[in-house]
Amino acid sequence: MDDHKEREHSHSGHGHGHGHGHDEHDAPHSHLPSDPALRVKALETLLVDKGLVDPAALDALIETYEHKIGPRNGAKVVAKAWCDPDFKAWLLRDATAAIASLGFTGRQGEHMVAVENSAALHNMVVCTLCSCYPWSVLGIPPVWYKSEAYRSRAVIDPRGVLSEFGVTLPETAAVKVWDSTAEVRYLVIPQRPEGTDGLNEEQLAELVTRNSMIGTELLSADSGSEQP
Amino acid sequence: MNNIHDMGGMQGFGAIPIEENEPVFHSEWEAKAMAITVAMGAWGRWNIDASRHARERLAPQEYLNLTYYERWIAALADLMVDRGLVTVSELQSGKPDGGATTAQPPLTADKVAAVLARGGPVLREIDTAPRFKIGDSVRTARDNPDGHTRLPRYARGRQGVITLHHGAHVFPDSNAKGLGEAPQHLYAVTFNATELWGRHASAKDSVTLDAWESYLEPA
Repeated sequence: MDDHKEREHSHSGHGHGHGHGHDEHDAPHSHLPSDPALRVKALETLLVDKGLVDPAALDALIETYEHKIGPRNGAKVVAKAWCDPDFKAWLLRDATAAIASLGFTGRQGEHMVAVENSAALHNMVVCTLCSCYPWSVLGIPPVWYKSEAYRSRAVIDPRGVLSEFGVTLPETAAVKVWDSTAEVRYLVIPQRPEGTDGLNEEQLAELVTRNSMIGTELLSADSGSEQP
Repeated sequence: MNNIHDMGGMQGFGAIPIEENEPVFHSEWEAKAMAITVAMGAWGRWNIDASRHARERLAPQEYLNLTYYERWIAALADLMVDRGLVTVSELQSGKPDGGATTAQPPLTADKVAAVLARGGPVLREIDTAPRFKIGDSVRTARDNPDGHTRLPRYARGRQGVITLHHGAHVFPDSNAKGLGEAPQHLYAVTFNATELWGRHASAKDSVTLDAWESYLEPA
């Protein structure tokens, strides 16, 4: 079924014949309430009444992403890579398996690739087509990652974007932007900050921020204290 | 599809909306929108590519006026009606149509952890050998398909180099239309910033994206 037919089909059931192509206001979703909170409530009520969703499953999903799956997963991966050369080599060779060995698998992290920052190379990640993001290691993406401003500019003006995050790279450093156009999800391994030689893996994980694993922050020995 | 969702390289969207100590969800309805979308996906009436395409089909002016999770809910409602899970009259009234029996949801609370941990891997075994190897110079297609595609406009008709081979993955252009997974070899292709954006880009910088084999020709 091509795109045009799919639209026609989706409009066939409710008798609003239109003689022009600008029928988006007649699409099924336009029959929901206009206020987003009411819209979602109306949909939830309908779907629960029809038996299409289990309310307890909704609660479990929300609980999982609010409290169980988030950037602390990725921070553990990075800290282990900093401390364990064998793990780091595995992570760079087969990130999916290396990350799975720590228990972080699944939805929106099925296929992982880790890329390492250095003084000469800075990696940053975007999805210009939607907002693809490694949920299993970083949780739900922040608003800025999903914003039009970031999605549009990360590829054409990465250094300008980085400057808005307070990151200024030396002219000698190359910026490599990864556009997540498939189901492969990229995890940036930030540079280990100077002056952290005495810290153990757990203490190092505390320094690793979400943004540093997307590539919009450089870490220092006092990073990380602000995050959940 | 050349719609508003394909944003790479556009200008004029302003500053990046950076928020200190951002919560995971900004309201209860955002959390519910995420959860409902994931839970309804478990019915298996559509796949992730069809879901993305449903969001892409929102009209540009509407897309830009909706927030992130509002787009999800709009696309979900359209998919549910299209695939026969709800009717337009049910969306209008907020109540099940008369005579409908109550369904048994495929995703129950006890299954959530396992379903999320499993995800939906898209790596597939195929018989054909990869056409390209790491280091090969390639040029991207200049196609403008009106269905779903994952080759962004800014990277069409451009020359790059194969830098990774990811194996064979489900082909979204086919899968979104319900025409099967049709897996193809998938590659990371690296483009110099100047090839994409012209002489004012930094010659040191690059953009890498994941391209299916049929998006590519030898260069």
